[in-house]
Amino acid sequence: MTGVVVSSPHSARVNRVDRVMLQVVLALIPGILAMTWFFGWGLLINITLAVTFAVGAEALVMRLRGRSPVAAISDLSAVVTAVLFAIAIPPILPWWLTLIGILFAIVVVKQLYGGLGYNPFNPAMAAYVLLLISYPVAMTTWLPPHMLTDHPLSLLDSLRAIFLSQAPGGSWDAITAATPLGEMRTQLGLNRMIEEIRHSPLWGDFGGRGWEWVGNWFLLGGLYLLWKKIITWHIPVAFITGLLLLAGISWLLDPQTHPFPAFHLFSGGAILGAFFIATDPVTACTTKRGQLVFGAAIGALVFIIRTWGGYPDAVAFAVLLMNIAAPTIDYYTQPRVFGHQRDS
Amino acid sequence: MQATQPRFKQRQLWQFHGGIHIPDQKALSASGAVEPMPCPRTLILPLQQHIGAPANPIVKVGDRVLKGQLIAEPRGYVCAPVHASSSGTVIAIDDRPVPHPSGLSAPCVVIETDGEETWAELPEPLADYQSLDPAVLRERIRLCGVVGMGGASFPTSVKLNPGKDRPIHTLVVNGAECEPYITCDDLLMRERSGDVLQGIRILLHLLGARQCLIGIEDNKPEAIASMRLARAESDIKDRVEVVVIPTLYPSGGEKQLIKVLTGREVPSHGIPAQIGIVCQNVGTTAAVADAVLRGKPLIERYVTVTGRAVARPGNLLVRVGTPAADLIAQRGGLRQGQLRKLVCGGPMMGFQIDNQAIPITKGTNCLLALTHGESPDPGPALACIRCGRCADACPASLLPQQLYWYARAKDLDRVQDYNLFDCIECGCCAHVCPSHIPLVQYYRYAKTESWAREQDKKKAEHAKARHTAKVERQERQERERQAKLRAKKEAVKAKPAANSPAEGATAAEVDPKKAAIEAARQRAAAKKAALAEQGLAPKNTEGLSPAQQRQVAAAQARRQAAGLGEPEGEAKSDPPTQALGQPQPAPSRGSEAEAPIPGPEAEIFSKEQA
Repeated sequence: MTGVVVSSPHSARVNRVDRVMLQVVLALIPGILAMTWFFGWGLLINITLAVTFAVGAEALVMRLRGRSPVAAISDLSAVVTAVLFAIAIPPILPWWLTLIGILFAIVVVKQLYGGLGYNPFNPAMAAYVLLLISYPVAMTTWLPPHMLTDHPLSLLDSLRAIFLSQAPGGSWDAITAATPLGEMRTQLGLNRMIEEIRHSPLWGDFGGRGWEWVGNWFLLGGLYLLWKKIITWHIPVAFITGLLLLAGISWLLDPQTHPFPAFHLFSGGAILGAFFIATDPVTACTTKRGQLVFGAAIGALVFIIRTWGGYPDAVAFAVLLMNIAAPTIDYYTQPRVFGHQRDS
Repeated sequence: MQATQPRFKQRQLWQFHGGIHIPDQKALSASGAVEPMPCPRTLILPLQQHIGAPANPIVKVGDRVLKGQLIAEPRGYVCAPVHASSSGTVIAIDDRPVPHPSGLSAPCVVIETDGEETWAELPEPLADYQSLDPAVLRERIRLCGVVGMGGASFPTSVKLNPGKDRPIHTLVVNGAECEPYITCDDLLMRERSGDVLQGIRILLHLLGARQCLIGIEDNKPEAIASMRLARAESDIKDRVEVVVIPTLYPSGGEKQLIKVLTGREVPSHGIPAQIGIVCQNVGTTAAVADAVLRGKPLIERYVTVTGRAVARPGNLLVRVGTPAADLIAQRGGLRQGQLRKLVCGGPMMGFQIDNQAIPITKGTNCLLALTHGESPDPGPALACIRCGRCADACPASLLPQQLYWYARAKDLDRVQDYNLFDCIECGCCAHVCPSHIPLVQYYRYAKTESWAREQDKKKAEHAKARHTAKVERQERQERERQAKLRAKKEAVKAKPAANSPAEGATAAEVDPKKAAIEAARQRAAAKKAALAEQGLAPKNTEGLSPAQQRQVAAAQARRQAAGLGEPEGEAKSDPPTQALGQPQPAPSRGSEAEAPIPGPEAEIFSKEQA
């Protein structure tokens, strides 16, 4: 009977970090399948690469830190980071860029700050931003959805593109396309009206063709996370509200130079960001009121950067900016403790 | 009878933040009547079964004691007496293992029972309590050793004395029993609802309270029905209400239950009496009825023996002081190889015990023998991922994660900024933590450290006050001595002055020594004036030997090097100072620069002599 006496509670614990992480990965599957359907095998190859690199990097750093690599890998946090990063990057990004990104995410952004739980910045988004700033061309070279191209890439084509940087048919121009957000930005920059822009076959009902349906599948996964109580509604709802509010106001003011709100929501990384990235517990606010502020501010920043900033999409920048602010927001949004007077 | 019962209007209930739903596991032990436990061979009665000072034993080894006899009297106000829970002989008064999280031993009176159960003479029943002063009733409750039976064991008489400036309007009776597994209050409400109601009647009179709310979680339908029936049959049914509350841990916490029933929050660091409420456990209420109406001290209680490692889980009526092992044996013993840990209390707030010899005390509500399946090893704690589930679950609206952070960093100030002392240690945060961090353990640690620091601070302040007083005393004594000396001198002076009239010349004649000193002083002054005319400052080093002079110069150089400036402004004009000053090491420790450093000085001296 003698042994380590452990303080109460003596009940069986109901949550586990690896189960939380596994649920996040499961919730990403619908979106991943949808993206694969529209954009080909590249994403799956990138996920495989990124996960391999991430697990390897995590194990390496843990070994250097003199800790158990198995424990760190089995919490699956590196896998989640890798999958999110792979979803964010273009499906034909050269493999060595993925390697750079993952090394930066795991080694610098996560482990150098102390590992899981201690990193102030979202590792996947920090790595994405690093690559976007350093390799803007590669990072903005997207494939068009399969219905808009005559040459959908086969598995072999994708492998060759990623590992050998060989364009199928010898020319990248023939097979790549801008993202809808990029396209919208370029066209608006040419002083064209939304109505004109949307005449192009690139556009579907409310966003880029193909793209507009990817968000739905990520939304499905996000709702699954809500149902499983992995995340709470605060950050996603605040994020979407913040984004829609600003987008809605400017659209009402001038519908010819501002795309309508749903376009913002279902183009680029907004849904993914709202449910999977901004909700990363380590780097987000922890108080409920703080989460509302945090989410709304990211939503607003996404709109601001997309509209007036230098990059077509902004989720990564917005998330990183708010990561910095999270501790301060937490500090000022502490809940009223039981039995304490309400603050004036 | 149904017709006489007024329709309950649905009472509005409130919610506290957080809380968790956990499988209540009460079915294990809730079936079947309470089994009276036979008298054990030995009874171990700890002198401290309550919050407050230990009681003072008034029996000796070898004394024969009777059932219900006072064996230890209260020492101080916040204290409770101890009574023999059966008749027999005192065989020892010494330290025995007691039910305490520390696992330490504490003084106990050990009685070898004779099996005769001979009762001592009990105090008169106070059937006519309505005409008695509350103070008399409180004294009776105190003398019968009644303490809170929900677990905290605070002396009930103290709790029932909120003071004149705190009028009580509501008595809250706690039948929530929110901890999983435990069913002793459930059984008590089923079997002794009449006594509970009588206790309530006494307490309402004693407190002058208007109404009584009995809060019971909705997972105890039989207890609810039984209490409603007892209420309907009682003559205070207009003032008593049985309120069914949703099952949510920890709604049985005093502050949480009050919030659920009344919507009011007990102020932080405060007590319910500050908002006109007193809260008592149902078991305590029955014990009050025993004490007042029967003169019976608190010597037995209901105890749940449960967990899947016990052969026959159920409830027992146990004499206080019965060893835990006897209870387990009474319920069929432990299942072979099933026990992972034995817990005193519930799974959420109880503490592990390693010694089955520990006795049941007035506050022990449950013995819980958990299997590996029921209480698996949570494994090593992982890093906090800041998910905030702890904050969602916290019934005090704290930020457990921040508390953990600062407790781990031993930042006791910040921990208190985050209201550590509002933590009730309910365990919700640790229960939901995905990283399996033993959060409550950290908070207990931080609380203990804070108390220790507070203690140290007090000690330091005390020492400082003592030191100041000492210094003052010494100064005062010195002043007094000086004053005495002066007075003596005056007296001595006054005597000769009285003999001869005051004249300088004659005074000198009277005291030749003084005259000589005065003459010397005048000579010195004249010399000084003469030197000043020549533009030279007086020196008291002139008459010294050259060796001594060099030594003095060296000392001055060191002083200068230490930045102390030149004494009497003369080092500048003294060339040997510079020359000899060089090889001298400057004092290395600045704070000691003023003090003469013996080492180098002595060295110089010996060199000079050589």
